[in-house]
Amino acid sequence: MSAVLLIDFGSTYTKLTAVDVETERLLGTASAYTTVTTDINEGLEAARRRLEEEIGHRHFDACYACSSAAGGLRMVTSGLVPELTGEAARLASLGAGAKVVGVYAFELTEDDLEEIAAAQPDIFLLVGGTDGGNTACILHNAQMLSRLRPAFPIVVAGNRTAARQCQRLLAGWEVYLCPNVMPKFGVLHIEPTQKQIREIFLSRIIQAKGLSRAQSLLSDILMPTPSAVLQAVELLAQGCEGEEGIGELVAVDVGGATTDVYSVADGMPQEMNTVYKGLPEPYAKRTVEGDIGMRYSVQGIVEAAGLSRVGALSGLTPQRVEQLTAQLRQYPDCVPAGDGELEQLDFALASCAVEEAVRRHAGTISETYTMMGRTFVQEGKNLTGVRQIVVTGGSLIHTGRTAEIAARALYDPAHPESLRPKTAEIWVDQKYILAAMGLLASRYPQTALRIMKKELRHHGYSE
Amino acid sequence: MENRRKKVLVIGVIGADVHAVGNKILYHAFTDAGFEVINLGVMVSQEEYIAAAIESDADAIVVSSLYGQGELDCRGMREKCEEAGLKGIPLVVGGNIVIGKQRFEDVEQRFRAMGFDRVFPPGTAPETTIAALRELLHMDGEAV
Repeated sequence: MSAVLLIDFGSTYTKLTAVDVETERLLGTASAYTTVTTDINEGLEAARRRLEEEIGHRHFDACYACSSAAGGLRMVTSGLVPELTGEAARLASLGAGAKVVGVYAFELTEDDLEEIAAAQPDIFLLVGGTDGGNTACILHNAQMLSRLRPAFPIVVAGNRTAARQCQRLLAGWEVYLCPNVMPKFGVLHIEPTQKQIREIFLSRIIQAKGLSRAQSLLSDILMPTPSAVLQAVELLAQGCEGEEGIGELVAVDVGGATTDVYSVADGMPQEMNTVYKGLPEPYAKRTVEGDIGMRYSVQGIVEAAGLSRVGALSGLTPQRVEQLTAQLRQYPDCVPAGDGELEQLDFALASCAVEEAVRRHAGTISETYTMMGRTFVQEGKNLTGVRQIVVTGGSLIHTGRTAEIAARALYDPAHPESLRPKTAEIWVDQKYILAAMGLLASRYPQTALRIMKKELRHHGYSE
Repeated sequence: MENRRKKVLVIGVIGADVHAVGNKILYHAFTDAGFEVINLGVMVSQEEYIAAAIESDADAIVVSSLYGQGELDCRGMREKCEEAGLKGIPLVVGGNIVIGKQRFEDVEQRFRAMGFDRVFPPGTAPETTIAALRELLHMDGEAV
């Protein structure tokens, strides 16, 4: 038999998943605290010992890892028009698994430069102009960046006419040239840039983040964790040769600091009288809500949903909600563990987190009257026809009310403008294997898909 | 390497107007005439024309309006272009741009005053617009 070890170096936990690729079975999972400040191997070894306690000593034929430790992959982007190349740069970075810590549009100013220097991104993505279009902005921005001390790699993926000149302006910097993220107006071409970002992550950032000490153990695949999750949900939706997927889906990962939403779906208008506006979005789309999280970002949930709504859902008074959330912010490793009040609050917070994050991810529709009658304008993806929802994250796994919380991702008649799934089957990633299966998918897509279909717990139908 | 760049036009039907046929005809006519055409389709706002023109470094914006509200929809467009850094970009408008029986000369004058460089009445053939664009963009003598 042939065993593979999959590692997820998280910001808090290092999670291991052992898989037998011949029998297509999960052997076991284990985790321990991530030790990125001292030696990443300590946490890894601790997790390995726990895994051995569970499944015994085992030889692994291969070992793949993903990481979001040490802040993950932090990126800053700059484009020309915010809704066009600005948005294309943001979508490209998010899809590559990055945490986007700064988004700029038009010409960079001296103040922007100071902010960028202070943000110290792992990668800067410089774009602007369609091919043959505007060159002035990207050249100006390259010129501005060249004033900084070279401290991070810059991926240039704008107007091809200006690419080489940008490279010359940035002499002394580590510069990578990629095809334009928006070669023609309204056309996204982000895959080559995403591939380049992952390569830089692999070759450069891993070392800078002290992960290289673990590298001797690893075979070769290394990617940012969100990128692994995206790969897993894409595979789960679309399937691969010899194994069918479950169809178009929405996946929600509610974490302590952020909430990630993925959609693998076409999402273009379904009716003849609907006009699409804005940039067409990627088939596999990821968004991250940095202000929506169960612990570090609990305040963002309360602000987005309102104290009274959290109160109503939890059955607690607004005053009590305020007290408890303050407590959660202070002690982020606090879990309900039988505490009824905290369980109720976590239920309300998770419900609001799912609702808000999916609402921001999904497209919208609005009604207008024209001389030709009633017409609809759609922006973003129409997910109403999606029939599968996958949920992960502690607050959704360790609760008896998963389906209830997940149902918040669905279409709400009170907010018909938000194009969320009308009815859906709920799948729960109860063993936290999504990222691991995304890693495994690079080499063994069929196996990864079959394990996911087996291990994700089907949690009924919601409408 | 790229050869001499084609002239870039941003086209679309402005406002709450969903007349899609003429827009498609213009797209094909302009493309056949050798222009690079960015077609924004129907129900286009002033901001969308401007954003597309900035990003693509467009040579001209061609606005269609078929439902009679063109005058309202086009108001302030020149000023917005100036504000967005598209100084002096040629603006062309055509279609059923006003309601009712009005003298076209008066209509043309009003749109000129709003900053449009060329104004075309209903029933204008694409060739007429193409000739006007070639003149506006100083393409005479150029083989496109």
